[in-house]
Amino acid sequence: MLRPLSFALFLAIWWIAALFAGGAKLPSPPVVLDVVIAEAASGALFLHLGATLARVALAFVLAMSVGSAIGYLMGRVKLADRLGDPWLILLLNLPALVVIVLAYIWAGLTEAAAIAAIAINKLPTAVVTLREGTRALDRSLDEMASVFAMPRWRAFRHVVLPQLAPYIAASARSGLSLVWKIVLVAELLGRPNGVGFEIGVAFQLFDTPRLLAYSLTFAVVVLAIETALVQPFEARATRWRPRAA
Amino acid sequence: MRLEIEITGKTFKSAAGGTHEVLAPMKFALQSGEVGVLIGPSGCGKSTMLRIILGLDRDFDGHVARPPEARIGMVFQEPRLLPWRSVEQNVRLAAPDASDAKLSELFRILELDAHRSHFPGELSLGLARRVALARAFAVEPDLLVLDEPLASLDDALAGRLRDEIATLVASRPMMTLLVTHSIDDAIRLGDRLFVLSPRPARIVQELTIAIPRTERGEAELARIKAELAALQLESK
Repeated sequence: MLRPLSFALFLAIWWIAALFAGGAKLPSPPVVLDVVIAEAASGALFLHLGATLARVALAFVLAMSVGSAIGYLMGRVKLADRLGDPWLILLLNLPALVVIVLAYIWAGLTEAAAIAAIAINKLPTAVVTLREGTRALDRSLDEMASVFAMPRWRAFRHVVLPQLAPYIAASARSGLSLVWKIVLVAELLGRPNGVGFEIGVAFQLFDTPRLLAYSLTFAVVVLAIETALVQPFEARATRWRPRAA
Repeated sequence: MRLEIEITGKTFKSAAGGTHEVLAPMKFALQSGEVGVLIGPSGCGKSTMLRIILGLDRDFDGHVARPPEARIGMVFQEPRLLPWRSVEQNVRLAAPDASDAKLSELFRILELDAHRSHFPGELSLGLARRVALARAFAVEPDLLVLDEPLASLDDALAGRLRDEIATLVASRPMMTLLVTHSIDDAIRLGDRLFVLSPRPARIVQELTIAIPRTERGEAELARIKAELAALQLESK
């Protein structure tokens, strides 16, 4: 009930602001909607949206899987933690723009360079979150698994993974928003399609309705992914917790 | 099958840098079908001994001979169930080979039938302990270790659970090691009692109870208790 209300409030503020600012700076919702419909009808919207989504998906999966594995290792093995920590701090503080520009210089204006650059930006936060989660693992349950001689894989799946699930969900949620911010920069700088490319074009033409049409459509897609995938995963992972009264 | 324990010493370093002796030299063995009981004041090092016997702590002087193929069933002091798995899954994960009939029987004896699909967070401590017991017995252990399984339960419940443990222990031959600070539990369940001193723990008395568990009446129990008290006085 509250969500639609909050959305309506957002629309109202936008509309009122548009009346004050004028159509060139901030077009009203119907103007933007017209552009969305026109772009959708020509198929361009889906092409660019699809290209961006594919990059987000690839970079996200890459960063989450590699980052989680490294984070788990660093949480478990002290030596890995001490060796990896300086790298981690470097990566965490490396500006996204630097990574993207260097990737394009070293690997050319290619799809692989773009996806790798986006993944490298997301990677360190996944590592940090999963390392924290691994450090918080309950040792008494590890001992239980070892006394009952549970095979490694079964212990990992039933003892370790459920404890990491909230950390994976948190990392996925923050990661999705990070990847979505960075993918546009990578597209703006070196890809011939995608939402970022379109926003670059709109910026050169000062075409605000087009700019808003693309970015808001993408925001809706991200919101849908969050509601349809991330939240159900979280609910499933925490369903054993007694509900708060 | 036989469990032989010979510990010549166990120390640990405190954060301040000092070394503390937790266990003094001790030696004992346990046969299949026997229930050995370690009785001692809290903090005397019983849990450390268990960790050594179970292979969780390898940093000690001495030797533990445990048949490598021996299956271990353990009831920890805190039940240590997986909160994200149901009661039945908790048992099945530890004992994947247990048959449905075997599990049904265990759940019936321990009165857990109604709780199979519950999560541990929804159970009282008494029920959670029973699940831990079901899990330990479901693996059909060769070595059963019970670490204060009746602590912090009210007397009536502790008594019932003790009878259930006695029934289950009698159901198949295994080496059982019970750790407790309750003399009552010790003399009702044990065949051989090892009385431990305060830290650093050593065995101050060893007492074998020849009367089978089921034939111990109140009179015999009182006599064993008196004998134990006399032994403890002697050793002081």
